[in-house]
Amino acid sequence: MSDDVYIIGAGIHPFGRTDGRSGRDQGVFAVREALADAGIAWSDVEFAYGGSAAAGSADIMVNELGLTSVPFINVANGCATGGSALTAAQNAIAAGACDIALAVGFDKHPRGAFNAKPADYGLPDWYGETGMMLTTQFFALKIQRYMALHGISRRTLGLVAEKAFRNGTLCDHAWRRSPVDLDTILNAPMVNDPLTKYMFCSPAEGAVALVLASARKVRELGADAVRIASVAFRTRPEGSFEVFAPSISVGGGGKPTEIASKAAFEMAGIGPEDVSVAQLQDTESGAEIMHMAENGFCADGEQEHWLAEGWSEIGGRLPVNTDGGCLACGEPIGASGLRQVYENTVQLRGRGGERQVPNDPKVGYSHVYGAPGLSAVAILER
Amino acid sequence: MSALAPIAPGLWTDEAEPRLIGGRRADGEIVFPVPDGDAAALVEPVALSRKGALWSWTTQGFEPKEPYSGPQPFQPFLLGYVELPGEVIVETRIVDATPDDLIIGMPMEFAVVPFDDTRSTYAFRPERQP
Repeated sequence: MSDDVYIIGAGIHPFGRTDGRSGRDQGVFAVREALADAGIAWSDVEFAYGGSAAAGSADIMVNELGLTSVPFINVANGCATGGSALTAAQNAIAAGACDIALAVGFDKHPRGAFNAKPADYGLPDWYGETGMMLTTQFFALKIQRYMALHGISRRTLGLVAEKAFRNGTLCDHAWRRSPVDLDTILNAPMVNDPLTKYMFCSPAEGAVALVLASARKVRELGADAVRIASVAFRTRPEGSFEVFAPSISVGGGGKPTEIASKAAFEMAGIGPEDVSVAQLQDTESGAEIMHMAENGFCADGEQEHWLAEGWSEIGGRLPVNTDGGCLACGEPIGASGLRQVYENTVQLRGRGGERQVPNDPKVGYSHVYGAPGLSAVAILER
Repeated sequence: MSALAPIAPGLWTDEAEPRLIGGRRADGEIVFPVPDGDAAALVEPVALSRKGALWSWTTQGFEPKEPYSGPQPFQPFLLGYVELPGEVIVETRIVDATPDDLIIGMPMEFAVVPFDDTRSTYAFRPERQP
C-alpha cells in the first residue's frame, strides 16, 4: 500500500515521579529523544499532535523545541489522549498531508486515586456525595462478577501483579523497579475487594513521543522503521458496562475494547494468533485478565490456566505487558497509551535488552482503555 | 428515620414501602436515576421493583476524596449492583451484610437507610428469610 505509515522514532521520559520537572518538560524530553532516535531535527516535523490530561497544553512545547511555525494541534481526550494523537498523526500522513508527523503525550498527576466531579460526567451530585463515584470501585465490581462467572481465582489476580513488578525490574522507564512477591500482593491492604493495594496502578508522571513517517520518507532516511498496520479507536456502544454508571442495561451490550480490537485486526488483515507481543490496559490486575479475552487472545476463564502456566510471561506464548504495564509504570493519563506503542516499537526493533521477547517478534499489539468507556488498539508490524 | 431528608429529590417514591424511580425511554430501556435537563423529557418515570438479585459487589474501606460527604469518622461500607428483573441493574449501597455473606445472584431487597445525621439514602440488603 502506498499510504503505509511507519514509526521511525520513539522517545520516552522515565515514568514515575520526577520532582522539579513539569509534565510538559518531560514531554519536551521525550520529543528530543524521539527526534534523535529518528535521526531528524525538530524543523523536519511537518505536523504535531499532542496533549495531557492534567499538565497543560502541548503546543506550548514549541517554546523549547523551536518556533518553526509547525502546525501543532492540542489533543484533550482523557485516557485516549495519546491514542487520539497517534490516530491523527497517522491519518495526516496516510492522507498525504505531510511526510513526517509527531504524536506526543505527557502528564503529571497528584498522588492518590483520581477524584472526579459528578457534573463533569453528566452525573448528579448525590452520586459523588454517597461515595459511589470512584474509578477503583468500577474495576473491582467488574472483576468481582467476572471471577464468579468464569472461575478466576484471587491468586491469579496476584500473579498478574507479580509478573508486572518482575518485568518492571528489567525496564529502565518503569517506576516500580523492585519485585513484589505473591504473598505480599495477596495480603496487602484491600482497596476495593477483591483488589489489594499492589493490584492497582497509581497516577504518575511521564511522557512519550513518536515520530511517524511516510514510506517515501522511510526510504529516504533509511530509517529503522516499524509499520503501523492499524489503529482503531472506539467509544462505548449501547448497553456496555463502564466506569461511573449508576445503572446498567439488563439486556447487556457490547464492549468498546471488543469493537476496537475487531476493527484493528480486520484493518491489519491478521488475527490474535499472529500477535507476538501485547501491551494490554492493566489499570489493575483484573483489567489485564479481562482484556486478554476482550481482545481475543483467549476465551473467558482460560486466563486461570494462562497465568498458572506463565504463558503471558516474557518467554511465554504471548508476552503481555513486557515493560510492567501500568502496574509497574504508573498511569500518567496523557502518556500511558503511547507508552504501550513505544514498548512494542522497542520490542519489534529488538532493542528490549533484558526484557526482549525472544525469536524476533513480528507483530506488536497495544490496547488502551479508559473513562468514560473508550478503547484504542494499535497493531505494529515489522 | 422519617426526620431524615432524602439525599436528593426524586430518587425513590414517598410511600410506606418506597421504591426507586427509574426513567423509561421510548425504546423501553429503563435508566436510573431519571436524567436531569433536556433528557428528562425523553423518559417516563417508573417505580422500580423492591426485589432483585446481587449482580456484583465490592468494599469501600478507605475514605473517598471529595465530593464524598459521609459522616465523620469514616465508616467503611459495601456497595454493588442489584439486577431488578426485566427492569434495570442499579448501583447501590449494600447494608446489613458482610463480604462473607455476599454471593452473586443472591436475592436482595430495597431499603431507605440513614446516610448521616440529617439525610437518608437508598440501599439494598440481603432479602430476609420469611
